[in-house]
Amino acid sequence: MTPDLDQTPLLSVEALNKSFGRHVACHDISFDLWPGEVLGIVGESGSGKSTLLNAIAGRLPVDSGKILYRAASNSIVDLASASDAQRRHLMRTEWGFVQQHARDGLRMGFSAGANIGERLMALGDKHYGKLRDTALDWLRAVEIAPERIDDLPRTFSGGMQQRLQIARNLVTRPRIVLMDEPTGGLDVSVQARLLDLIRRLVQEHHVACIVVTHDLGVARLLAHRLMVMRHGQVVEAGLTDQLLDDPQHAYTQLLVSSVLSV
Amino acid sequence: MNQAYETSATLAGYNFAFLDEQTKRMLRRAILKAVAIPGYQVPFGSREMPLPYGWGTGGMQVTAAVIGAKDVLKVIDQGADDTTNAVSIRHFFVRMTNVATTEKTREATLIQTRHRVPETPLSEGQILVYQVPIPEPLRWLEPRETETRKMHALSEYGVMHVKLYEDIAQHGHISTAYDYPVLVNGRYLMRCSPIPKFDTPKLHMNAALQLFGAGREKRIYAVPPYTEVKPLDFEDHPFEVERWPEDCALCGAQDSFLDEVILDDRGGRMFVCSDTDYCGERRAAGHTGRMSAPYKEEAAE
Repeated sequence: MTPDLDQTPLLSVEALNKSFGRHVACHDISFDLWPGEVLGIVGESGSGKSTLLNAIAGRLPVDSGKILYRAASNSIVDLASASDAQRRHLMRTEWGFVQQHARDGLRMGFSAGANIGERLMALGDKHYGKLRDTALDWLRAVEIAPERIDDLPRTFSGGMQQRLQIARNLVTRPRIVLMDEPTGGLDVSVQARLLDLIRRLVQEHHVACIVVTHDLGVARLLAHRLMVMRHGQVVEAGLTDQLLDDPQHAYTQLLVSSVLSV
Repeated sequence: MNQAYETSATLAGYNFAFLDEQTKRMLRRAILKAVAIPGYQVPFGSREMPLPYGWGTGGMQVTAAVIGAKDVLKVIDQGADDTTNAVSIRHFFVRMTNVATTEKTREATLIQTRHRVPETPLSEGQILVYQVPIPEPLRWLEPRETETRKMHALSEYGVMHVKLYEDIAQHGHISTAYDYPVLVNGRYLMRCSPIPKFDTPKLHMNAALQLFGAGREKRIYAVPPYTEVKPLDFEDHPFEVERWPEDCALCGAQDSFLDEVILDDRGGRMFVCSDTDYCGERRAAGHTGRMSAPYKEEAAE
């Protein structure tokens, strides 16, 4: 019997622990991520959100726990114990990582086109003309004028840099994209546009996302499901609307009530 | 002083070839490892040499490790045998080893070079030693040494194409003109020291042993004889070498790397072979170029 693919999670995190010395950053965290789903992780600064994201992405070694990923080949890979070679290959092909600061995720000394083409070249694409065509398509997809293909990212505005970073990650059609505060540091109108774009791309390409944010507004717009973290622990998890409308945990109630409304 | 070739003809108080025997053993071990893994950068304990870093300390240490009393040494700097760097290093080895030297590529058994590969094809049994300033091809793309080592280990070389892409995007062609990135033996990405890309194809399937020494960066790597060396390129922008609008003004060579020499302030210029030995040999054989007549006396010298 072949398992129904949409009935198995794309990613299962099981009992993940990560400490820095005596400081516990992530304590016993478990969750599933389903294909095409957007999971939001919210919580205040220092609650372990980014540590969790970096641990899932293999950027930090975990202390214990499993990160089970169902690869495109349909085999289950435990990223916590996978070899460097395997993990790095997955990260370049089936995964994407959008950094809070675009300059961490972009090659600032190289043009927009080179930034978009990098993953393809890493996979062995060696036809300049085709790389360029792909780059132009993606610039259009993320609403950057195609004639800026040869410009350096540092001549771009913050919002454009962030969109370029998204294009650069989506070019290999990843199945999971991790986003660390994708709209942090952008002004609200640019933020709104970027959120629209992310929502559209996520839907079009059927990509699963984990979005870390401290902004409940962003979480409400993007995420299907939310996890609330505090002191390295998940205090509450559930459907976004449900959780925001009827928060159960005292901390979530505090978080929701402290949102400024205009 | 237990070896027969160490005669009193070398400078008193110094070991043969300047370095002590233990240091030479360490260097030879590194060289053997480098030869066994073509293109792989082998770390070694680089020593202080009596000239500054960047002037060829890496190449000199490799030369000192492999030189024997019967060797015939040739030293080139930018193709010429008579420039400061070449003269100084040759003089150093003559004082330290008393070996015979030559300017003829064919006669040399050991050639230390900076920035050029001789035009005359090398043969089996010859050793070409390159002076390398920066051995890591991924250095300007990835600043962390731990990361570049991992990239080498996992053959993650796609990022090198990003640089070539950028060349084409900005200049319309691959404008990397020297130190062209190559893939050695289908495995390791290598910098071939700052030789012009004109010389890059000469590394491929070369009959001679090619050793690369980087003194400041403490790395040795090698291309053994008859090893595949492939320059990186794009399918629709294949690797090409430089061309010149004229032939060599002295010997008429069409197949050698030419230097442009400015003659006056009215746009007058000439192109001459950068490899002085090759040019001289051709002139001795009767080849002439566009401007060779007024230079005949010098050429006949």
